[in-house]
Parts: sequence; structure tokens; C-alpha cells
Amino acid sequence: MGDKIFKIILFITALIIPLICGGIVYALVTDAYQAFDYFGFFNFLTSTDWNYTEGQEQYGAMPFIIGTLMTTFLALLFCIPFSLPVALFCGEYFKGRKIASILSTVVDLLAGIPSIIYGLWGFFSLRPLIISLNISPQGSSILTASLVLAIMIVPYAASLSSEFIKMIPDDIKESAYSLGATRWEIIHKLFFPIAGSGIFSSYILAIGRALGETMTVTMLIGNTNAIPTSITSTGNSMASIIANQFGEADGLRLSSLIAIALILFLITAIINMIGKIMIKHSRI
Amino acid sequence: MEKINTILEFNKTCVSYTQQTMAVKYVTAQIEKNSITSIMGPSGCGKSTLLRAVNLMHKLYPNIRVEGEILLNGENILSMNPIEVRRNIGMVFQRPTPFPTMSIKENILSGFTLNSIRLDKYQKEEIVEQTLKSVSLWEEVKDVLNKKGTFLSGGQQQRLCIARALALKPQILLMDEPTSALDPIATKHIEDLLIELQKDVTILIVTHNMGQAKRISKHSMFMYLGEMVEYDLTENMFTNPKDERTKAYLTGQMG
Repeated sequence: MGDKIFKIILFITALIIPLICGGIVYALVTDAYQAFDYFGFFNFLTSTDWNYTEGQEQYGAMPFIIGTLMTTFLALLFCIPFSLPVALFCGEYFKGRKIASILSTVVDLLAGIPSIIYGLWGFFSLRPLIISLNISPQGSSILTASLVLAIMIVPYAASLSSEFIKMIPDDIKESAYSLGATRWEIIHKLFFPIAGSGIFSSYILAIGRALGETMTVTMLIGNTNAIPTSITSTGNSMASIIANQFGEADGLRLSSLIAIALILFLITAIINMIGKIMIKHSRI
Repeated sequence: MEKINTILEFNKTCVSYTQQTMAVKYVTAQIEKNSITSIMGPSGCGKSTLLRAVNLMHKLYPNIRVEGEILLNGENILSMNPIEVRRNIGMVFQRPTPFPTMSIKENILSGFTLNSIRLDKYQKEEIVEQTLKSVSLWEEVKDVLNKKGTFLSGGQQQRLCIARALALKPQILLMDEPTSALDPIATKHIEDLLIELQKDVTILIVTHNMGQAKRISKHSMFMYLGEMVEYDLTENMFTNPKDERTKAYLTGQMG
């Protein structure tokens, strides 16, 4: 009897989470419907206008989709030269040694820092540097946001890639050494092909993280509602436009913001799914 | 012991993992060229540790120290560049270790690609065919050279690994219990192969299969607790062991 009750409770609680998830999607879709209906789905996606003057209301997601893609891929680009060495350091060169565990703990700590703190650091330390280097007059830009975002996603990419590097069996490694290979030759001719898809999938998950990052980006991107003309210009990401305007929006504007949220939700869900599937298939 | 044509010589070779304990203690022995020498002993006697020192595998692990000398053609390999030494001294491991992302062909050529040695198409084909023939694997795999090496059976994989090591034309082939993961038929195959190969390469094999040592090796070394207890012609050791511990091991009272 007690067993049965426990089973029922377990079943109900396990079911609640997918239900909530479904509820979120339902709410997003119904609230976004007005915008999609008014502008048309593809027109909303591709339009570059964001005008909330009454009577001339016109909304489109394109500048924010581009802003998001730019910050995300720049962040990825800046993140690789840091996360890959960290992964090799912890997963191979100093595998099992104290220094590796210290480094990986510190890197993992980065993942636990609240994003508002990254945002503050970026705003008060990095932004003045960007200004003084004459990269961008206001200091806030796609580049500024991407740099901080890159630091934020390093732990996600590094810790997972180092796990994949660690998984390469010792006797496979020793076989390669026994043929007279150097460490560098082994890393790029053996490790990368063997652990490559695993490392790649860890970057996909890092992208998933960067796409939706809101607070840091909102504080550093400059918040202008136009397609950024270069990496040093200001812009808005999908997350930052929502964070900026949801409080004062209503009607069509609110629905447009929610439509953007829905698009962001779909993109991150797909990216995360691809990453998870790839991890599953990159057994060694 | 009789006078032999020495290729490899251990001279008071010691290996230690920690300050206090020695895994191999003052081994002195001469290995005959173009013959098979087996190293026997119970688990933990230091036989694999000694074998791995010949390939300078211990240099991958900073806590392992090797003292004394290991001479290849009279030159101490402990003070030589590991890359050079390893190209001259191949190694085959307990578990077959074909590189999982490489085809059979790429596995054979991996010694060259890993060392960034460029070969033309003709040379590659020649090496692949010759080495696969030398391990009598050619007939079995000549039509599937571009398939992954991991698709082969365990015995075939192990022969592929032997071929991979032989492709670099080493002087010595070290084998660390190469048949312990294989069935009796595949084991027989490998043993026949080693007997065939000894005309081209000196083989030093660690085994805890006494029958195997008896069948294939000219000389045998018996190790116990890191010490070389006895080293003699295999025939002599099996018929007339000089040390009580060897006798106990060979008669199955220890091991």
C-alpha cells in the first residue's frame, strides 16, 4: 500500500515538470500570436523596424536575432583559445595532478558567479578600457558584451571537453607514444579526431548558454534597436530587448516581445538538443 | 651463460615508483639479437615495469625513476631522446589498441603520420601490403583496408597492432602479455607469427603463460618481487631450474 502511494506521488511530481514546460510554451505561443498575426510570421522575423510611436507601431525581430548571433559567435570565438588550453591542461598535461584539480575548480567557480557580477565588472572595468583604447566611443558594444560572455561560457566548454579528453584510454595514448610520436603530434592527430565530436558538442552547449544570457548582455551591449553595423557598434540581443522593454510594454509591443522570446526559446532548445544528441553519440 | 650476439643489455637496472620501494631491483641481463626472450613471473613481480622501461614509457610518468643502464647496441638508451628510442623499439600492449578513428591502412601508417614523416602513394601501398603480409593479415583484410581497425576480431586487431609497430622497422619489439586478451586459436596464430618474425626483429615478451614461454622463447627470465631470480636458455630453465623459487613457480606452487 505504502509502495503504491509512493509510486503515485512519484508519478505526479515527475509529470509536473513536463507540464510546466508545456505550459510555458503554450503561454508563449498564445501571447505571441497577436504579433505574428498582425505582421505575419516571416515578415516579423525579417523586419528591421522597432517603432512604438502610437499609430505607427511596427515591430520586427531581425536586429535582435542578428545581435544575438553576433554576440554568441564572437563569444564562442573568444572562448576557444581559453577553454581548449584549459581542457588540455586538466585533461591531459596535468591529468590527475593537484594543479589540474585547482585549475578546474577555479574554472568551475566561474560558472557559479551570478551574471549581474559579470555585468558590473564589464561595465566598470572593461567598458572604460574599451573607451580608452578608442575601440568604441561609449564603451558599450557588441564586442564588449561578447568579451564578457566569452569568459562566462569558458567553464561550460572547458570542463566538458576535458572530460572527453580524459576518456581516451591510456593504452591508446601509450601506443601512440610507443611509435615515437610527440605530445603535440598525439594531441592534434589522435586526440582531436577521437575526442573531436565530444569537444564540439561541449561548444554547442556553451553556445546554448550564451544565446540566452540576459543580464550581462543588457548591461554592456548598448541597447539600440537597429542592426549593428560592426562589432564595435551598439545593438540589442533577443534577451536584452525583452529585459529592457517588458516593463513598459503592452498590447502589440508586448506581444512582439513575447514573440521574440518564443523564437529565442526555440533556438536555444534546438541548439541544446543538438548538443545533447552529439554527446550521446560521441562515446569513446 | 653461453656467448651470445647481444642487442640489448640491462646493467643494474632499477625502477622505482616511490622513494622507498623498488619495483625492479638491479636487473643485469643480455638479450640475444633475433631471438625471442620471455620474461615470466607472478603478478606484481616487475616484469611489465622492466619491459616498459626499455621503451622509456616511464618518462611519461614523472614519479617513476629508472636507474642503472639499459644498453641498445652498447649505447645507454636512458640518456637518449625518447622519440628516437621509441622509433627503434616498438611495443605491443595487453589489449589490442588500434586507433579508433583510423582505418586499417591508416593504422599501419600511423607510425609515419604521427611522426610527420611524408610518404608518397606508392611507398604507402608498399608498406601497408608488406607489413600486413608479414603478420599474415593481408589475405584477410586486403579488400577492407579502408574500414576501421576496430571492426576486426581481437586476434586480428592484435596482429594489426604488431604490424603497426613493425611498419617503422624497429630493431626490438616489446610485447606486454600480447595474447592475454585472446582466445587459444588467436593466441596460437600470434605465437606462430612471433616465431616467424624473430628473423627480422628481436622480441622481448612478458607473459605469465609458462606454456607460451616454453613454446616460443629461446631464453627466459624469471622475476620475483622485482628481482631477476633466474635467466637462462628456456630449455634449461624448464628442465632444470637452479633456484627454488623458479622451480616453485614452474611447478605451479607459486603464481
